[in-house]
Amino acid sequence: MLTEDEKSKIEEAVKGYPRKRAGCVDAMRVVQERRGWIGDEEIGEIALMLGMTADELDGVATFYPFIFRRPVGRHVIFVCDGVSCWVMGYESIMEALQKGLGIGPGGTTGDGRFTLLPVSCIGQCERAPAIMVDGEVYGELVPEEIRKILDMYP
Amino acid sequence: MALGLGEYEKTGGYEALKKCLRSMTPKEVQEEVKAAGLRGRGGAGFPTGVKWSFVPIGDGAPRPKFLISNSDEMEPGAFKDRVLMEGNPHQLIEGMAISSYAIEAEKAYIFLRWDYGKSAARLKFALGEAYAAGYLGRSVAGSSYSLDIGLHVSAGRYICGEETALLNALEGKRAIPRAKPPFPGTNGLWGKPTVVNNAETLSNVPHIIRKGADWYKALSLTADGGTKVYTVSGKVKRPGFWELPMGTTIRTILEEHAGGMRNGAKARAVIPGGGSTEFVLPEHFDTPMAFDVMEREAGSRLGTGTMIVLDEATCPVGMVHNLERFFARESCGWCTPCRDGLPWVARILEDLEEGRGRRQDLEVLAEHTWGLKMHHTYCALAPGAIEPLQSALALFKGDFIRHIEEKGCPYKRR
Repeated sequence: MLTEDEKSKIEEAVKGYPRKRAGCVDAMRVVQERRGWIGDEEIGEIALMLGMTADELDGVATFYPFIFRRPVGRHVIFVCDGVSCWVMGYESIMEALQKGLGIGPGGTTGDGRFTLLPVSCIGQCERAPAIMVDGEVYGELVPEEIRKILDMYP
Repeated sequence: MALGLGEYEKTGGYEALKKCLRSMTPKEVQEEVKAAGLRGRGGAGFPTGVKWSFVPIGDGAPRPKFLISNSDEMEPGAFKDRVLMEGNPHQLIEGMAISSYAIEAEKAYIFLRWDYGKSAARLKFALGEAYAAGYLGRSVAGSSYSLDIGLHVSAGRYICGEETALLNALEGKRAIPRAKPPFPGTNGLWGKPTVVNNAETLSNVPHIIRKGADWYKALSLTADGGTKVYTVSGKVKRPGFWELPMGTTIRTILEEHAGGMRNGAKARAVIPGGGSTEFVLPEHFDTPMAFDVMEREAGSRLGTGTMIVLDEATCPVGMVHNLERFFARESCGWCTPCRDGLPWVARILEDLEEGRGRRQDLEVLAEHTWGLKMHHTYCALAPGAIEPLQSALALFKGDFIRHIEEKGCPYKRR
């Protein structure tokens, strides 16, 4: 069930568009920011608010990599596997993350702390290899730094 | 730090907008930008003033009309729009206001990618400043013209940068491209006349209007007007971004600005304009980075002007594999050649890398460079995707064969 706070924030987010459904990504972001991900029930409720069917909205939701339709950890680590990061050796960073967390790409740690996801070029190429944790970018990485970064996210 | 409104105004900011509103008709703004030789900085290089001229103008024109800044930069290796938006958000906003006036649009959107959080924050702040100062909203700068600019933060996917897919995304639909014609200039957002311009393109507009087409043209070393934000990534000493005269050579950018290769590394080729352009060998490094001349003399494209360097210790097959995996992942799935062809290409390249390559694989790859070319697919994603592939097949054929004969990637054993 959407909370009253979520509902009013959604109304506010879609106000800037001439048609409600144009704000569907903004609406989903409201829910995701509060819950980490968006469940079926919420998809149905948001769709109803925007005059869409649940399937239509789910079709949009599943199109986008940054909309989560499954639970994720408290912190989401995106590892850029774009071409510049590849040239600069992102694979060693990915390996260090997998080892440090004990999970593979797409996985979530057992304590629900981290989800690890590969991501297409994040446009930080002059600082390659780069990762993004909860929207914060870390660049020019070497594998030895990974532990320190993870420790910053309890 | 971003340039605030006060600082931007001190450098002549918003003078161009005031000049337009005071003394130029929309058509005159279009003509000035046409005369300046400004070509689209999103990769395709279409003349900006000409694009604007497709929009119906005057009292009989359909309303509302829209202008959109394509700030969904996601070409692999490209980050030029990010540095422009993070560093000088008002420049983009003023460019959008002038461009909106030039097509008599009453509503504009910045379509920004999710990953650019810093750009989002700074644009949001700058939009607030611009509204408060009367540069946006009802009666812009005291004129009879009104304009609203909204910030739309998207949620990923390369295809959203394709202008008709972007329109669908902004309407809240799955971001698949639309059939053209009709073109957005007459039938765009919600079927209304719409111009989609790249963020860098729009950032050029205030300067053209303030200082004139002749001044702007003279900044360039070639027939294409103005300056260009070039970027370099890969194993160079100083990866980064520089605004330079349009037509600066690859060598100057690489050696003078990026500081040359890092100790021990040697440049073997560059991808000059983002992931969907063809490799260029060092024998062409004296080619000016401009639209026509890159095609004519180096057999590649200026694209987004965002260079990625391939060095001699890095596997060209692996690099192409990385790119094709990206394009396969980012295909929207709407048309069959792209949806099925790109994963096939990516799988074959993976086979080559992992020692499962067969001689006939090279033929299958070559077939795809034909099957996925322009007009065989709905949009330009797959045709762009095969550009690095087809040039690699021609320029690095020996490497492909070694992967097959030596059953794996020779670079991984170094």
